[in-house]
Amino acid sequence: MIMSIASGKGGTGKTSVAVNMALSLGNVQLLDCDVEEPNAHILLQPKMIKTKPVYVSTPMVNEEKCDHCGKCADFCQYNALFVTSEKVLFFPELCHGCGGCAIVCPKDAIREENVEIGVIKMGMANGVELVYGELNVGEPMAVPVIKEVKKLVKKNKTVIIDSPPGTSCPVIESVYGSDYCILVSEPTPFGLYDLEITVEVLEKINIPFGVIVNRAGIGDRKIYDYCKEKGAPILLEIPFKREIAELYSDGIPFVAEMPKWKEKFQLLMDDIKGRI
Amino acid sequence: MEGEVSVTHGRYKGAHMKLKQIAIVSGKGGTGKTTVTASFAALAHDIVVADCDVDAPDLHMLLHPQKIRTQEFKGSKLAVIDRSKCTECASCKNSCRFHAIDDRLQIDPFYCEGCGVCAFVCPEEAISLNERISGYAFISKTKYGTMSHARLNPGEANSGKLVTLVRHNARQIAEEENRELILIDGPPGIGCPVIASVTGVDVGLIITEPTLSGIHDLDRVLRLLDHFNIPPLVCINRYDINRKNTDRIVKFCEKSKVEVAGKIPFDPVVTRAMVAGKTIVEYSPENIASQEIETTWKKVLSASKMC
Repeated sequence: MIMSIASGKGGTGKTSVAVNMALSLGNVQLLDCDVEEPNAHILLQPKMIKTKPVYVSTPMVNEEKCDHCGKCADFCQYNALFVTSEKVLFFPELCHGCGGCAIVCPKDAIREENVEIGVIKMGMANGVELVYGELNVGEPMAVPVIKEVKKLVKKNKTVIIDSPPGTSCPVIESVYGSDYCILVSEPTPFGLYDLEITVEVLEKINIPFGVIVNRAGIGDRKIYDYCKEKGAPILLEIPFKREIAELYSDGIPFVAEMPKWKEKFQLLMDDIKGRI
Repeated sequence: MEGEVSVTHGRYKGAHMKLKQIAIVSGKGGTGKTTVTASFAALAHDIVVADCDVDAPDLHMLLHPQKIRTQEFKGSKLAVIDRSKCTECASCKNSCRFHAIDDRLQIDPFYCEGCGVCAFVCPEEAISLNERISGYAFISKTKYGTMSHARLNPGEANSGKLVTLVRHNARQIAEEENRELILIDGPPGIGCPVIASVTGVDVGLIITEPTLSGIHDLDRVLRLLDHFNIPPLVCINRYDINRKNTDRIVKFCEKSKVEVAGKIPFDPVVTRAMVAGKTIVEYSPENIASQEIETTWKKVLSASKMC
């Protein structure tokens, strides 16, 4: 079963929930799909076994063959190519790698080359098989790296996917195809607003979901009213405790120091299985 | 009379000064970007505010904008197959790099990036590209100045393009209103919407927190600003949650020759201000967190003027 963890708002505790849950369940695969800022490995300290580069194809123009007809630039929906009477200018940060320019070129002057935009890392930590991606700094496109991480899903295992914040394409790519999604939020106006828009996303793509209220006790009660109204189950509340915040700040998963939480996460998993 | 004088003065200054842009970023989410940006907006004068976190915007909950203009954002296209022409040859499926066309030749709108390759390869010309509305951009009035913001429809792609539109609108307002400063609330991460938020700004203020994740993400976002030649400043939020890590950040910044412009203490009053829908500097001005934000603001402002 594949379970994703999302939030809309950043910093609500997605990674903390993903890691603590993975450690509580044992024998699971954890995919950290927040390839822009992956953090699960900081809490898990895995022994790295393998690293694999991620490539995207980008066009290379052979100026000798090119007659500057401009068909490639006309075709490109992303304005990644600009053709002057003497030269083809290419803006790699705008290219989506669709390959269209090479197909439409009547002179066969465009060849695609692989360019590395990030890496995938795989390792083991305390019975958790961790796979995470890392987008190279300066590269704009997170989705191809997320796709590579997701290709390594082991369907016969319990899979936990830690998704990036937000509600746009990297989040969709991360949560797509999961059997259930846990939304981690906090009881504040920002937490609630971003939860609402993430719920819209999940409803659009038909993934059942429940909510974990993290830092319970701060803020207000509106998130509870919203969940009740939506019929969204509150799966778990993690109270705001300085001890938990301090453990996190030192990169220590709180179940390591507060073992009673292991049981709570195990029960949570049973609860979710019953809901699917 | 006084009003007239100040207008003239503003014009005079505007004609001689370059427009400055300050972006608030963080790498890691939830470090306090929006809380800080909203407070800066309250402390600043004559600015334009741009909320560039278009897929989870929160700034409006503190600045309470009144929309005066709404603009459709057509960020991408969507391929549509005309079933009456389709012969199910599957050329479209085979040439789609984004795996947006399944075995039944149905197009998945979440995967389709609107590139047009399928329409080009289709021998029956059965595929067309339709424009889709991916979100909305807004221009609003707030009591702190005009605000440019947006809302990407949930699950849409191209947030970077929408950020570019928000920044374009902000610059246009700044010119019309003769403002000297644009304050940008950036999204988390380091990918396309962040790059679109920071390119060409005069100062990038990174809000970090003294956690190992915060430090890791600070390093990456700092390298991003360096990559785009943007002068960085750092502000450590909730610095007293882990003083040892705060020291590590300070040392790391010293080594990287980056100024730590502020250290904001953890205080539940910050959350109470948010619940009240107010900026912390207005909700509790004498609070240490508020004062530290004010000190940070002064440093950020003077850094922007030096550029």
